[in-house]
Parts: sequence; C-alpha cells; structure tokens
Amino acid sequence: MAEVTNDKAVKARKIADPMEATIEPATQQMMVRAAELDIETVFDRAVTMKPCAIGLQGICCKNCAMGPCRLPLPKGGIQGEDTRKGLCGATANTIAARNWVRMIAGGAAAHSDHGRGVAETFLAAARKEAKDYRVKDPARLIQIAPYFDVATTVEVDGEIKDRDIDEITLEVAEKAVREWGKPELTAKYLKRAPKPLQEKWAKQGVEPRAVDREIVECMHRTLMGVDQDYKNLMKQGVRTSLADGWCGSMIGTDLQDVMFGSPSPIQAEANLGVMKEDHVNLIVHGHEPLLSEMIIAAAQSQEMIDYAKEKGAKGIQLSGICCTANEMLQRHGVPVAGNFLQQEFAIITGACDAMVVDVQCIMQNLANVAKCFHTKLITTHKIARMEQDNVIHIEFDEHYASEDAKRIVKMAIDNFENRGAEVMIPRHKSTQVAGFGVESIQYHLGGSFRGSWYTLNDNIINGRIRGVAGVVGCNNARTKHNEEHIVLIKELLKNDVLVVVTGCSAIAAGVHGLLTPESAAVYCGPGLAEVCETVGIPPVLHVGSCVDNSRILLALTEMVNAGGLGDDISDLPGAGSAPEWMSEKAIAIGQYFVASGVYTVFGYHLPIEGAPVFKDHLYKDMEEMYGGMWDCEPDPIKHAHLMIAHIDKKRKALGIDKARERVLMDMADRQALGIE
Amino acid sequence: MSKLVAFAAIQGGYKVVSQVEGELEKALQSQDASTKIGFPNTAYYLPVIYSLTGIKCETLEDLKKPMEFARGLLPPHIKGANHLPYLGPLLDAGMAGIFAYEVKEALRILAEPDFYIPTEDPDIEAGKIWVGPADDTILRKRGVEFVDGSAPGFAAIVGAAPNAEIAKMIVEDYQKKSLYIFCAANHNGKTLIEQCLEAGMQIGWNTRIVPFGPDISSAVFALGFANRAAMAFGGVEPGDYRKMLMYNKNRIFAFVNALGDVGTEWAVAAAGCVNWGFPTLADTDIPEILPTGICTYEHVVANVPHDEICQKSVEVRGLKINVTEIDIPLAFGPAFEGERVRGGDLYCQMGGGKTQCTELVKMAEMNEIEDGKVTVVGPDIGDLKEGDVLPLGISVKIAGREFQSDFEPIMERQMHHLVNYIQGVMHIGQRDIAWVRVSKSAVEKGFTLKDIGVVLHAKFHQDFTKIVDKVEVVLYTQKEDVDKLTAQAREEYKTRDSRVDNMTDEDVETFYSCSLCQSFAPSHVCTVSPERTGLCGAYNWMDCKAAFEINPVGPNQPILKGKVLDPDLGRFQGVDEFIKVASKGAVDYYNFYSMVEAPMTTCGCCECIAAMLPSCNGVMTVGRDYTGETPSGMKFTTLAGVMGGGLASPGFVGHSKFNITQKKFILGDGGLLRMVWMPKVVKDEIRERLNARGAEMGVENFADLIADETVGVTEEEILPWLEEKGHPALSMDPLIG
Repeated sequence: MAEVTNDKAVKARKIADPMEATIEPATQQMMVRAAELDIETVFDRAVTMKPCAIGLQGICCKNCAMGPCRLPLPKGGIQGEDTRKGLCGATANTIAARNWVRMIAGGAAAHSDHGRGVAETFLAAARKEAKDYRVKDPARLIQIAPYFDVATTVEVDGEIKDRDIDEITLEVAEKAVREWGKPELTAKYLKRAPKPLQEKWAKQGVEPRAVDREIVECMHRTLMGVDQDYKNLMKQGVRTSLADGWCGSMIGTDLQDVMFGSPSPIQAEANLGVMKEDHVNLIVHGHEPLLSEMIIAAAQSQEMIDYAKEKGAKGIQLSGICCTANEMLQRHGVPVAGNFLQQEFAIITGACDAMVVDVQCIMQNLANVAKCFHTKLITTHKIARMEQDNVIHIEFDEHYASEDAKRIVKMAIDNFENRGAEVMIPRHKSTQVAGFGVESIQYHLGGSFRGSWYTLNDNIINGRIRGVAGVVGCNNARTKHNEEHIVLIKELLKNDVLVVVTGCSAIAAGVHGLLTPESAAVYCGPGLAEVCETVGIPPVLHVGSCVDNSRILLALTEMVNAGGLGDDISDLPGAGSAPEWMSEKAIAIGQYFVASGVYTVFGYHLPIEGAPVFKDHLYKDMEEMYGGMWDCEPDPIKHAHLMIAHIDKKRKALGIDKARERVLMDMADRQALGIE
Repeated sequence: MSKLVAFAAIQGGYKVVSQVEGELEKALQSQDASTKIGFPNTAYYLPVIYSLTGIKCETLEDLKKPMEFARGLLPPHIKGANHLPYLGPLLDAGMAGIFAYEVKEALRILAEPDFYIPTEDPDIEAGKIWVGPADDTILRKRGVEFVDGSAPGFAAIVGAAPNAEIAKMIVEDYQKKSLYIFCAANHNGKTLIEQCLEAGMQIGWNTRIVPFGPDISSAVFALGFANRAAMAFGGVEPGDYRKMLMYNKNRIFAFVNALGDVGTEWAVAAAGCVNWGFPTLADTDIPEILPTGICTYEHVVANVPHDEICQKSVEVRGLKINVTEIDIPLAFGPAFEGERVRGGDLYCQMGGGKTQCTELVKMAEMNEIEDGKVTVVGPDIGDLKEGDVLPLGISVKIAGREFQSDFEPIMERQMHHLVNYIQGVMHIGQRDIAWVRVSKSAVEKGFTLKDIGVVLHAKFHQDFTKIVDKVEVVLYTQKEDVDKLTAQAREEYKTRDSRVDNMTDEDVETFYSCSLCQSFAPSHVCTVSPERTGLCGAYNWMDCKAAFEINPVGPNQPILKGKVLDPDLGRFQGVDEFIKVASKGAVDYYNFYSMVEAPMTTCGCCECIAAMLPSCNGVMTVGRDYTGETPSGMKFTTLAGVMGGGLASPGFVGHSKFNITQKKFILGDGGLLRMVWMPKVVKDEIRERLNARGAEMGVENFADLIADETVGVTEEEILPWLEEKGHPALSMDPLIG
C-alpha cells in the first residue's frame, strides 16, 4: 500500500499541450517556458481536473442542508413525465432557474458594485473630498445630467444661463449614488432605451428598482422554499440583469467617462511583447479605473521616471491585463499585456516587477506563480485579498489616491534590482486602434457637423454592411484560448458583419491584429471592407471593458434613433455573442442583452441542459417577451452562422434583404424628406 | 482609397487655413481692425460662416474668430500604418477650408472692390466676367426657383474642360436639365467660363451659367447661396448647423464636377461640400468614395467621361429631372428663358413696334378643334431673309371637359416663358404687345414658327393635364389675319379685365390658401382673395382657383370665408379656422386689410414689404429689386430677414406690387393714401394705377405726393417734403391708436 501511495506522489503532474491549449503564439511560448520552470498554470489544471458533470447541467441544488440534491438528465432524455425532484420537491426547472438567477445576481453585483465605487468616488470628488478626481469631460456630464433630472441651465433675471458645473456635478453625484439604494421608483436610466422596449419591460413587469434591492431579492427568491416557478424566477433574473446593464454598469461607464474622459480612437499595442526587459514593468490587472488612472499619473510623473532611472531602469513600462487594461487603453493608449488566460504568464516572463490587482477575474494562483519570481503581487481592494503570505496588501483609498499610487509605483521600481536572470519576454505584439465610445463613433461617422449614426444605418440599408455583432466576454480554459473569439469574428467579418468587442474578447482581437484598419482589406467581405476604408476604421471596434457593454446598449439605441432600421433594438439586424464565457458576469450581461431585444449566442456550454423546459423558456419564450433570446453553440463557425441567420431574418423583416434601388427624387419627393 | 482623399484634404485644410491666416494677418497690419468687410448687399454677413456658426463678420477684426474656429477644426495628419479613423476629420478639415475660403474672398473684395461685378450678368465688353457672391436681390429672385422646384438644383463646376467644345456640351446638357451651373476655379489658368464665352454661349444668372470667380475659393459662393436660401426661405436659424446642412442635403440638390487635376486645395473644398451632402464627380483618376451615408448616394466618383458627366452627376445626387422632350430642332428649358437675342445675333423678329404681334387663348368645344394641329397661315421663317420682320398672331384654342373660360388668361400668360424656353428665341411682352426675336443660330438649326405651336401644344398638355384635352394652334403671319385676330383679342381683354378688376372680396364666398412655400416657411400660410393677391406677386385669386381645379390636392385649397368677423380689418371666421390648422397652431388668426393689427404672415418670397413710418403717420413699401436704404431704417433684405419665415409682425406686411393699388390694400389702416414713400422704380412702374386709385379716393396725381429715395431715405428727410406737398396721410387719424 505504501508503495502505491509513493507511486502516486512521484507521478508527474499533467502538463497541457500548448498547441491544444491556445492559438496565441506568445502564450504557447510562455507555456513551454512555464513547463521548463515547472510552474503550474491554469491550462495544466484544466487537463488535470475535469468539470463536474452534474454542475455542468445546472441541476445541482445546494441551497439548503437537505441537499446537495442532484437531478441529472437520464441518459436517453426524459421519457414521458419528468419526475425528477429534490428533497423539497424542487423540479429541475426550479433548480436550474435558481442557479441561473444566482449567477445573474453575482454578475450584476460585480458590475454594479464597480459602478457604485465609481459613483461614490464621483460624489467624494463633487464634495471636494477626493482631490485627485475631477470632472475631465464636462460635455459628457451635461449630456447625462437630464437623465438624472438635473438642470444644466439656470434662469437669471429672465435670461437662460449655463449652470455652475460644480453644482451640476454635485447634484448628479448625489442622485447617481441613490440609484443603488433608493427605496422607491424605478431606475432613472430606463428612459434612455427606445420607447417600444420600455413598453415591453413595463408589460412584463420587469422594470428594475434600486440595484441593491434587485440583487437582494434574487437571493431571497432563490432561497429554499420561496419562488418555485421558473418563469417568475426569470422575471427577477431579467429585472436584475437590467439593473446591471441599464443602471449599475451604465452609470459606472458614464461617470468614468466624466471623470477620466470619454474614449476616442487611439493607437496602441497588445500582447506580452509590450513588456520591456530594460524597463520597470508594472502590470495593473483587474477592473476598476479608479486605481489605474492614478497609477498611470504616478508612473508617467517625472519624479517616478527619474527614480526608475536612478535604480538602473530605462523607464517605467506600464501595461494592463483584463478590463483594467481596456480602461487604460481606451483613454490613454497604455498597452495591453494580455487577457484573462495570460495573467500568469506575465509573471512567468520574470520581468514583472509588480502586479497590482483590484477586483474580479484575478486568479488566486497568481500568488503561487509570483512566489517563483521576484514579482510583488499587490492587492489593493478591501473586498479582494488573498490568503498566501507573499501577497502584499496596500489598501487603496480614493481620498489619498495619488499617494497610494505613488507608493505602489515606487515599490515596483524598488523591486527592479531584485530581478533574477531568468527573464524571457515573448517578442509577439500587435498594433491596434481602440477607444470607440458612443460619442466618438458618432463623430467619426460624419465629423463635427454631420456626425450621425445614420451613416452606419445607411450602409446597413444599402447592404454593404450586413449587420452588427457584439462579441464580448471572457476566456475559458475549457475552450482553446482565443480560438472561439478569433474564428468567430473572422467568419462574421467575411460575411460583412461589423463587429464591436469589449472585455477579454477585445484583447483577443487586438492581440490577433483585428483592431487595425489594415485588417479590413484582409478579413472583410467587399462591402464591409469598403465602408471601413471610407471611414478609416478597423472592422472590429473596441468599445471598452465589460462594464462598458452598456455602451453597446446605447449604441444600439442610437442606431434605432437614427432611423431606417425599425423602432426597437430587436428590429436591428444584429446579434450578440460570448464565445469563451466563464464568469457569472457574462450571464448577467447576456441576460440584459436578451431582455433588450438582442439574439445572444454563448459558446462552450450553458448550465441549463438538465432542465429542457427552462432552456426552452430562455431560447424561445424570451423572443416573444423581449424580442431577444438565448442560444448556445460551441463551434465558432456554426456559432457565427447562427448569428448571421438571425441578422438575415431581421433584414428580411425590415425589407432590406434585396439590393437597394437608386431612388431618384423630384421636388415632391424631396419635400417629403425630413430636415431634422 | 479614401485614405488618400483624407490625406490630401487634410493637407489642403492646413495649407488653405495657414494661407488665409497669413493674408488676414497682413491685412490687419496694414489696415485698421475696425475696417468694414463683407459681401455686397446682403443681410447674411459672410453667409457660410454666419449660417453655420452664427458668427457675424462685419470688420477685419471679426474675421479672426472664424479663422480660429477653422484652425480648431483641423485634425491631425493621417499616419501611414495603424492610422486613426479619418472620415470625421476629413469632413472637419473640409469645413475649415470652406471657412477659410470665405474669409479669403472677403479679403479679396476688401483689397479689390471692383474684382467682381455684382450684377446678374457680367459685363463681357468691359472685361468684367466674374459676378462674385450673388447679392440678396438675386438670391430672392433665383432662390424661389429652388424653392418651387423650377430649378432642381445646381452643378458647381470647378476647373475647365479639355476644350471649349466639350465645355459647351457639358454646360448645355445641364441647361437642358434646368440646373444652374455655378462656375469657379481654373485648371492650369483656363476657366470653364472662358471656354463658354469662346463657344459663343451667353453667361450670367439669366442663362443659369453663373461665373462666380476664377479661383477655387470662389466656389464658396455656391455654398453661401445655398445656405442663404435655407435661411431666407427655409427659416433655418443661423448657427443651427445640423439643420442647415440637412436642409441642403434634402432640399438643395447640388453636386460638384471637378474638371482637371484635383490638388489638395480642390480636395479640401470637395470634402467641405460633402458636409452639405453635395458629392463630387471628377473627370480625372482620383480615389473614389462610394459607400453612402453623408451624401444620399456616392461621395466621390472618378473618371467620368465628359459625355456622361451630366447624367451620372444627376444620378449620383439622386435627382429626378423631368426633361420635356419636345419635337423641335432646338434645346428647350427654363435655363434658356433668360437668354437674350441681341442685335448682332438677330435673324428676324415679329412685333416690338415694327409689326403687330398678338397672342390669344380661347376656349373651344371638344368637336371644334383637332388636337395637336399646328397651322402656319402665311409666310414662315424660311421665306425671310436676315433682318426681315413679320406680323404674327398666335391663336390657341383649348378644349377640355374641365376647362373654363376663366382659365384663358392663365394659359395665355404661360406663352411668355414657354416661347422663351426655346433656345435662341426670345419673347418679350404679352397680349397685343408681344415681341418675338429669333436668332441666327436658331434659324441655322432649322427653327420655324410652327415650332412655337408644337411647344405650346406639348407644354399645355404636360402642365395642365387635368383641364386640357385638346390644343390647336394657328399662327397667322399675314397682316390682315393678324389685324383681325388683334381686334378680336382686344375685345376679349376688355371683357376679362373688367371681370377681374371689378371682382371684390364681397363677391365671392371662397378664398384660396397657398402653401407653396410652406415646406420652407413652416408656419406661413398665404390666403389669397380677389382683392389681396399673393404676396409673391405670382398668384392671384383666379390663378389659385385654376390651380385648385387642376390639382385638387395641391398647395391651393379653397377656404370658405364664412362669417365676416371684421369688415374693416378683413377678418373672416372660415379663414381663422383654416390658418389655425394649416399653421399647426403657430398662428391663430390674421387680418387681410391691416398691417398694424394682426397682419398676414410673410414668407421670404414677398415682392414688397410695407413698414410703418410713425413720424410721418404713414407707411412705406419697398420692392425686392431696390437695394438701398429706406426710411424704416432697414434695407429690403434686412426687413425680409426680420419678418420672413412665416412670422406675423405687426407694423410690417409682405405684399405684391399689384396689391398696392387694389382697393382693399391696408384699408383697415386708412388705405393707399397712407403711402408716403416707395422706391422710384416701383413708383414709376405703377404710376398710372397709383393715380387712378388715388383719384378714386379723392386725391389727384397721388403718385407725385409719394416720396422716394431722391427725396430722402430717412423719416426726417422726407417729412418736410410731405408737409410741403400736403400729403393726405399727415391729416389722417393717428396710425397707432
């Protein structure tokens, strides 16, 4: 027996095959390097540990101590009546729906808490209590103020004058923070949606109230013995997801733009190759720009650059991972080191002097990897710490933001001299253009005078562009890293579908060269290529981080308002996708897109297969209710064609499935044209 | 490659803005900052800058602001690889270039006041071939054509054709399509206008071939014209740039033809024009921009062969033009209306004092006439030699189930412009004082008098489908026949005149609305009664009645006048109800016979504007042809700007010239005898009628009591003169109660 135990102990751990794990060459190279150094990464664990087959079906209930109850689907499927029940009698539909709603609650909580943090910092700034934050984009503030019922003008002696910007700031801030906890009424931003969509929500009774309340209600309803009707549960799921997309996330994005500037197109680089051997490499990983904005200011200060030189470095190379990378990229052009599955490898280069993290998508294994190098892993958020003893915690306080940031940058610089000899930075990096916000896209579709989303609509109507697709979401070590994103996007482009990306999908697109204007001629169908060439844009537009998916909601609304493509988001020839999803945030996002009228296809799999009736509710009933519905397809080519088929269906409904005729207008025709 | 276009246009933007900044700097160094600048006789300052930004440039100093604005619009240069988007920047650079060009032209006019000749037609003999920015008089006269669709749009042509023959072909092609041709810039020193002259064409606003200027900067006048039309007739507010540009995209169907090599300075102008929705078609191999969006269809189309450029341009702009194909050997269309037949070009003529020339339209029974039959009784052109004259009687008979004898004068009035539409033939006058002049070139191409009949038959059918079933034309050229027709015609005229002249508002139960301009002046609704003809001078009650019969769902609708609410001021219940609805609630009611109390609304199209002169206890009126100052303190253009666009402005009213001597003219305020001032040109034109109407009201030789600009252009100047003449207004009740 002892021998057997011994055998197990010496058995070599499984090491993932780089060519099977990822399509991305820098990551492949770093996987080989990790194996050489005998460092275990997420890819190795993925080949070692299989996912739980019961959990995968979504029908494991551990919401009370009578369970966990497991209701796997019989091998041959359900024959006759579905008699599966938990101890309390909960059906597979109830269990899958409760799990689904809890995922939405988790995702919505993450985005919205991020948004809350932004709103609270904004309030502190408005009250002049956080000296390092201020209104950088007053035009954006004035644009959103009316949605909070905040006046932007005042009447002085019968004359209309601009209201004091500080006053507007304070009132917006005070009203914004209330959106999380106000005791009555519904979310203020709902009125930004197209009217018919608002009416659908009202009809279904899913208009969200305060964000926190919806999340609390999710937890209550999914408790043992409360809501046991999957349809009713999903009303709450939808309501909570809308509280995320049209409130928590949207306010987060807006106030970030107000404080840090609305993004406009900017040139940058992406992939691990952006790290520099002779520079202090500081990597910021996580999600919130509250921290990274201050780090950027500190890292770019002459004082710190001089200090780095003093310490023998040529300078400070700041880069980002995950959505922090996207936030720094879209506003400052700070290069992106990689997406979710590349986080461990940034440290394995041996050149990462400090990695600063805040919240969400930070693998605990980072601490184990950092232990093998000189890298300082610094947690900064009071709600996100790690148990390993090599992790340093410097709590970031927005009242002393720049001091905290300087301390962190200094720590990275001080650590430069501790580097070992084992530095290996892959040479791979790509150029990219990022920074497409709703406002900057409008500008680029016609300039200061004629900028309008109609330019896009017109090219959809004339058939050059077939439709638009949002490809968003995570990486997932259960799928081949970046492959689903890239194959899917290329297939869409080939079929003249314009793609917008956020989050780790955006980073994948950047790393693989799809965010360059030159890629249009390489990957696009002739119509889309021509439009991209005319506007000078990449065929894939980087619209920000995962919180910025709210930008896509507003972009779709702008398309509806610009005219010619129906009255509601569900009329648009468009579709959404998260091909490599893994976080609960993706489910929350997917759900708010579905409930806003978007056909949304996920890759990998969805944890609902064990409850076919509930699955039909998501895949079919929702289309009747909201105009959008869920779908799932792991094969990226088939996945793309599901989206394209939906786009074609919408084109047909709009009557734009045939080539547009050239209409010549006489005077009477012209007089019938609007001039607004 | 759009990138190359963007690259060139942005380069051009920097070049032009820098150049003009330099010129402005130089001007400011040598002249006082308060030196007045501006385009002649316009109330719209530098019109592109004013219309889009609201900035009013009146002095050299004022020019700094738009130049700063233009500098601010200039985007970064386009990088080679991994470049940023450029469509928005390209359009901004274009706009910067356009602003700079307008400032450049203002500086040119300041430096060389005589560079342009500010008239409709250039003075070729004096070497003044460039007319420059059209003033507001031309704008008002020509702008209406864009409003009512008789000019479907304009072709802004820059550069020059390879030779005069090709130039002529292109320009004539546009003329046949009734488009205006706005010309600017040169290609290697050669201009299209010079080529037109070389080809023997008549240029000027009258033939729709407008010689704006010899440089690319002069192209800005075309945009200034378009934007002023939008402000004057469309009621677009200065500074409302988005509406201004969308108005142009959807109403003014214009486009650019670039003839010759497109350098950066042309590229920036073309990019600017895209903001207006005006695409560019070039005869050279430049990069194309085919996707749609900012313009209705393509943005830049290249390599267009010269013989296709006209058709292709119209298609790219999305313009439908109904060209009248009439079987005559000459070109035909409104563009030829203003063409003259001068002494040297004259082959033969009819009327004009040399012989009798008479026109008469009469209604006929259906079985009396044969449709399409045109007979010339007597000698025709072929029987004449150069310099000959001939008497002419044009007798048209029309039959139709819906035709009424009331329509006869309306049809007859069409003959003037229809005959004028024939290329190389000129028509002057009407009725028994008509005059037809035929040019040598027309005769060379085979023109005969029969062609006049062919034109009248075809156009009467085309334009008046609903009321015309049969048209027969006889052209008499023997003296005895013409005299016989003339005698008959004079009897007819007498009957007609007495019928129309004696018709009063009390005689009829129905007035007519006219909302022809309403898409341009949204709250304006004209109501036309027998004694208040349309303020544009083009429509009287009978015209409206006929127009309604011809097109029952058209802009002229019957209004039952209903209960008379105020017989003195002219307020009618039926009219009140109608205008409330038609103006979409903007106007509750108005009075027909008062300019003081709730006067009728005014669009930008009015022929004259009357204004109160309180110290004289009277009123003045000014016609749109008079560009000078008036005692109201405002020129016509300023007055029109103050009150156009569908507003009712107590103290002011728009009216037609003819209306001045109609019996109900401001009767509620005291009538014609209140009139103390009008421009001499108007006074002389209607002198007889003024005296006749004055006599009816008890004042002989009333015209002599009305002051004009020779007396003075302020109330202080004219008051002593009025007192000396004993003007009746001075002893009337106070104008303001």
